[in-house]
Amino acid sequence: MFEYAPAPESRAVVDINPSYGLFIDGAFVDPADGASFKTINPASEEVLSEIAEAGPADVDRAVAAARAAYDKVWSRMPGRDRAKYLYRIARIIQERGRELAVLESLDNGKPIRESRDVDIPLVAAHFFYYAGWADKLAHAGFGPAPKPLGVAAQVIPWNFPLLMLAWKIAPALAAGNTVVLKPAETTPLTALLFAEICQQADLPPGVVNIVTGAGETGRALVEHDGVDKIAFTGSTEVGKAIARAVAGSRKKVTLELGGKAANVIFEDAPIDQAVEGIVNGIFFNQGHVCCAGSRLLVQESVYEPVLASLKRRMARLRVGDPLDKNTDIGAINSAAQLERIRALSDIGGEEGAERWSPPCELPDNGFWFAPTIFTGVTQAHRIAREEIFGPVLSVLTFRTPAEAVEKANNTPYGLSAGVWTDKGSRILWMADRLRAGVVWANTFNKFDPSSPFGGYKESGYGREGGRHGLEAYLDV
Amino acid sequence: MLGTRSIKTTAKAWAIDLAIRMVDLTTLEGADTPGKVRALCAKARRPDPADPTCPPVAAICVYPAMVPVAVEALAGSGIHTASVATAFPSGQAPLEVKLADTKAAVAAGADEIDMVINRGAFLSGRYLEVFEEIAAVKQACGTAHLKVILETGELATYDNVRRASWIGMLAGGDFIKTSTGKVPVAATLPVTLVMLEAVRDFRDLTGRQVGVKPAGGIRTTKDAVKYLVLVNETAGDDWLDPDWFRFGASTLLNDLLMQRTKLTTGVYSGPDYFTLD
Repeated sequence: MFEYAPAPESRAVVDINPSYGLFIDGAFVDPADGASFKTINPASEEVLSEIAEAGPADVDRAVAAARAAYDKVWSRMPGRDRAKYLYRIARIIQERGRELAVLESLDNGKPIRESRDVDIPLVAAHFFYYAGWADKLAHAGFGPAPKPLGVAAQVIPWNFPLLMLAWKIAPALAAGNTVVLKPAETTPLTALLFAEICQQADLPPGVVNIVTGAGETGRALVEHDGVDKIAFTGSTEVGKAIARAVAGSRKKVTLELGGKAANVIFEDAPIDQAVEGIVNGIFFNQGHVCCAGSRLLVQESVYEPVLASLKRRMARLRVGDPLDKNTDIGAINSAAQLERIRALSDIGGEEGAERWSPPCELPDNGFWFAPTIFTGVTQAHRIAREEIFGPVLSVLTFRTPAEAVEKANNTPYGLSAGVWTDKGSRILWMADRLRAGVVWANTFNKFDPSSPFGGYKESGYGREGGRHGLEAYLDV
Repeated sequence: MLGTRSIKTTAKAWAIDLAIRMVDLTTLEGADTPGKVRALCAKARRPDPADPTCPPVAAICVYPAMVPVAVEALAGSGIHTASVATAFPSGQAPLEVKLADTKAAVAAGADEIDMVINRGAFLSGRYLEVFEEIAAVKQACGTAHLKVILETGELATYDNVRRASWIGMLAGGDFIKTSTGKVPVAATLPVTLVMLEAVRDFRDLTGRQVGVKPAGGIRTTKDAVKYLVLVNETAGDDWLDPDWFRFGASTLLNDLLMQRTKLTTGVYSGPDYFTLD
């Protein structure tokens, strides 16, 4: 037996302060009412740090700082100078990449292999990409001199903490806006380290403000009169509440919400490659991915070999310590999320789908869920309709391409989809008909800053990434 | 997944010893002499003269003319003598010549034959011809093990590699091997992955297990360990054995020995501390 010895990444590269204030106007400050909450390592439940909780007065202060920085500095600065700051931030992110990756894995529970090889490189790439746009806005297709919007309120989720920050902050700053960003309450640490990076880059005070807290802080931020633009990534439920709250106001909104993506496997697909794609689609980041390929649609003629291959592959997945470089699946981000995954999985069993997980030993402390598939799932099952946001795959079958399209589109969501086939013409035929913001062909969960990302239907509106991502932050 | 595992400490030590036991120590030069082959055989028996715990390699791989020398030098060691055959490396000779080449090597004492497939026939779509040639060589081998060299660098696509793998297995090959080492592109991880998937699927379907041998271009311990991880996670445990997985290599061995010594002593010794044969 080839037993891999533990290969842990060192925690020593990162210093976590025992407590953090709010980052307002270029400095860390205490919250007005002194409230705080704890952030923990979901793999061990160890407390990592004590984080300030922003109340309405703090949000007010942050928005005022952002407004002042917008009026006096950032909106007046030539694009080429804004670009210099963004390039500088991108370079510091690369230089401090190891530190950021370890911190992300500690606070979020995702495997270090992923934070090191996917999250942090993409974060730097995003800043580099939008730095390039900052002095070329006149050529982005939005008129000769597009203007920024003002102060952007940005609320981001816990699944890709720093990457979602980059998706929000990089285009906003490139376009000339200033921001107040609220990271998720379970994963604030990399955003706070990013605040230090803004200081290190000498970013003018007030251009980036970070207010930590939970739902109430987020509500105070999006409902604040002083913000011109709201960008939210998170659950469809909260997204709808935000849309209602700002209806009739001058605020522009972009929402990136849930998903229940179909990953469609045709009979001519190379099965081993498709299985890699299925695994990457649903088990990447513990399935905490809004565009996860959580509904597997397999053509009936290859159902047996695909399933056999998938199960064999799943038995090889290594679940455990996120800081071990050989870990494939880390910890579930929070007790609440674990509870939700368990509840929906139990419903799957009760509704008659067949549940399977490979034998796998889970650690005693922390929040863990074994990779799981449900077979015999139909469109009527809740596990085929509702977003589970965990390492749980529902397997359905289809007979013809038309049926695949019909089933793939038969969902309230429309964020992403995957198609696996050897036939180029079929890929184009499918991409034409799938109602999803992103269609991946013979790959899955592939991201690039130059490629726009966003949803149809209840997956939200607006696009992030690429030239399209600028539109959300310009007065067009 | 390719090459992203981090193999450390005890796992690394285990992998290095296994890799040494899987090496087909190879010399395939026009300049080969009995003296050169005898030196290599001595190395095969005791790769690290300073450390008796170091295991011997799996086999010596030579041209047919050198087989008698190798057989004599390896007598009683349990180390196999592999001979290339069938007009290696190009395979561009009439079938009778290839069969005679094979039979001569077996008669001289080789217990493993590394043949090359007919790439000319393969690339022009004459798959049956490729199949029948392999089957004929297999017959000429008698009890000797047959390794079928696909020369993946010339097949160019993964589809071709997979198809050639199946032809080699169906025609009776005991091993499928990537390369001769005589063309610019030799063994790569992705090609070996495709071949490992092929032998795994072939056993699922027929019950017969076929071995895999990447050859050419594998020079460092780090590379070798990546291959072993690939074997482990693709074909599985059953292939992690010198009977089912080999490395065709020459310079790899000294790097394995150097890393082995580093793990036991904690310091790197220079190349002068390992024999050049």
